[in-house]
Amino acid sequence: MAPPNSFLWSRRIFLTLLTGFVLVPVYVMVSSSLKPLADVSGKFRWVPSGLTIRPYIDIWSTVPLARYFVNSLIVAGAATVCSVVIAVFAAYAVSRYEFRGKRTFTVTVLSTQMFPGILFLLPLFLIYVNIGNATGIALFGSRGGLILTYLTFSLPFSIWMLIGYFDSVPRDLDEAALVDGCGPLGALFRVVVPAAIPGIVAVAVYAFMTAWGEVLFASVMTNDTTRTLAVGLQGYSTLNNVYWNQIMAASLVVSVPVVAGFLLLQRYLVAGLTAGAVK
Amino acid sequence: MTTTTAASADSGERTVRKDSPGAARGPRRTGRIRRIGLPYLLLLPALLLELLVHLVPMVIGIVMSFKELTQFYIRDWGTAPWSGFDNYKVSVDFSAPVGKALLHSFLVTVGFTLLSVGLCWLIGTAAAIYMQDTFRGRGLLRALFLVPYALPVYAAVITWVFMFQHDNGLVNHVLHDQLHLTDKPSFWLIGDNSFYALLVVSVWKGWPFAFLIIMAGLQNIPGELYEAAALDGAGLWQQLRRITLPSLRPVNQVLILVLFLWTFNDFNTPFVLFGRTAPEAADLISVHIYQASFVTWNFGTGSAMSVLLLLFLLVVTGAYLLLTSRGRKTADV
Repeated sequence: MAPPNSFLWSRRIFLTLLTGFVLVPVYVMVSSSLKPLADVSGKFRWVPSGLTIRPYIDIWSTVPLARYFVNSLIVAGAATVCSVVIAVFAAYAVSRYEFRGKRTFTVTVLSTQMFPGILFLLPLFLIYVNIGNATGIALFGSRGGLILTYLTFSLPFSIWMLIGYFDSVPRDLDEAALVDGCGPLGALFRVVVPAAIPGIVAVAVYAFMTAWGEVLFASVMTNDTTRTLAVGLQGYSTLNNVYWNQIMAASLVVSVPVVAGFLLLQRYLVAGLTAGAVK
Repeated sequence: MTTTTAASADSGERTVRKDSPGAARGPRRTGRIRRIGLPYLLLLPALLLELLVHLVPMVIGIVMSFKELTQFYIRDWGTAPWSGFDNYKVSVDFSAPVGKALLHSFLVTVGFTLLSVGLCWLIGTAAAIYMQDTFRGRGLLRALFLVPYALPVYAAVITWVFMFQHDNGLVNHVLHDQLHLTDKPSFWLIGDNSFYALLVVSVWKGWPFAFLIIMAGLQNIPGELYEAAALDGAGLWQQLRRITLPSLRPVNQVLILVLFLWTFNDFNTPFVLFGRTAPEAADLISVHIYQASFVTWNFGTGSAMSVLLLLFLLVVTGAYLLLTSRGRKTADV
């Protein structure tokens, strides 16, 4: 039963326009990153006047991009690992046990999801400054402090998603493992976690992406040595010149790992979202 | 009592191992762990962190909003003098500059959020429905559509900044030089146009999420429903109205709430697009509070604004959840 022609045509037109909307910025990013500076400073041209890979060489020396890259990698990686591990335990407790305060806990976690980041920025800023003054531990400006703040976004989301995902793993499976002599942690790691891998991957991808793309906390809570990519890219605009070709090249270099990872793992993300958010 | 009957999992497309040894299960009770402390032990790390990153900062934020917290007291904010409700009075005194600017920013944010969420939902739904059945190139298109969502915010938005440049941007080149739609090249990142610039970027970045969620929701609609409807002579439009949209209701309720909260609280997009001070027409509330706190260095007022924002979001979310759950109940009857 083929759909009618009018449907096919409206689909073609809609999807073509949408593809254009999605791809134009991507094209601008890629093509401009290969243009000489004179070309990106003048009128925009769809077709570059000359191709050069110079921007890809210069980006590393104009700003310390490699250092920012490493900082971002450490901060986003650590925030991801922490929030996933902690969320796995918490979600298992909520999904499999009855205990007092369960509702309060889930409602609190759910509601912190909707708090604006700006709400935590000022207090965390002051806490870090005060801890620094009192104990000499420099949380403010350190990677550790940034990792801690990133858990404000990723932890509630991870717990929330994983509860939904663990709920969809049949209880028969881990109860059988308990009967067979596993401890509760054994049941969690041998049965529930393997069965919930798509959900866990989805949560990890999400946590990593938010940390990798975060700007607000990164711009307030970092200094010269701990700066992440989110803030570092601003270094390509100087008083005299905006190196648009280098900005585009750096944006592309920064994006490729996350976009590739995301597209590779998107199957899991869709499966995880289905179980966690849709049900 | 938690019994195993709770696991009546409708394992639709799930790929969980189904070889649980039903015969060797034995009496149920022996396997159950009855240690009361265990759930709390499992929750402990999460509880500690929630306390550290959410509850303590929130309490401090509320305390701060009752203090006269200017830059002189930053190093030791505990000593800042109490100011009662002064910060709140300043924030909601709509005849004075601070309150007026806050109200304006709030209204801009509401308008912007409604438009952005509406467009994201519309485009996402249309794309998901058009791509519901298979055709050549569907997989590739799907991956392409997810690219804006996967790109780091600053990399994506900075590309839009480049495109919106007055002299060397693509937007003016196309609208002015190629299509001759404008008399002279426009400014997009300052003045009234900035609202539309922000909207375009926000929709470009946000619609793939709606697409992703709705696609997932569509997979849960049984194909038999469509077959039965087609046999009864229902056209595509009727199938959409009678089957697809009603089946998507619960998905849409979650999706729209999440999109609303994300868009309303978004800081990254306007901050990368406009910098520390957004133009008046696109002065979203997050950036506004940031500016009130970190640019004019009045943390007390900034905190009061944050608390007001939080109260607003709580009320809206509560009302939304109430309304949609009531809607769901009446729809079931």
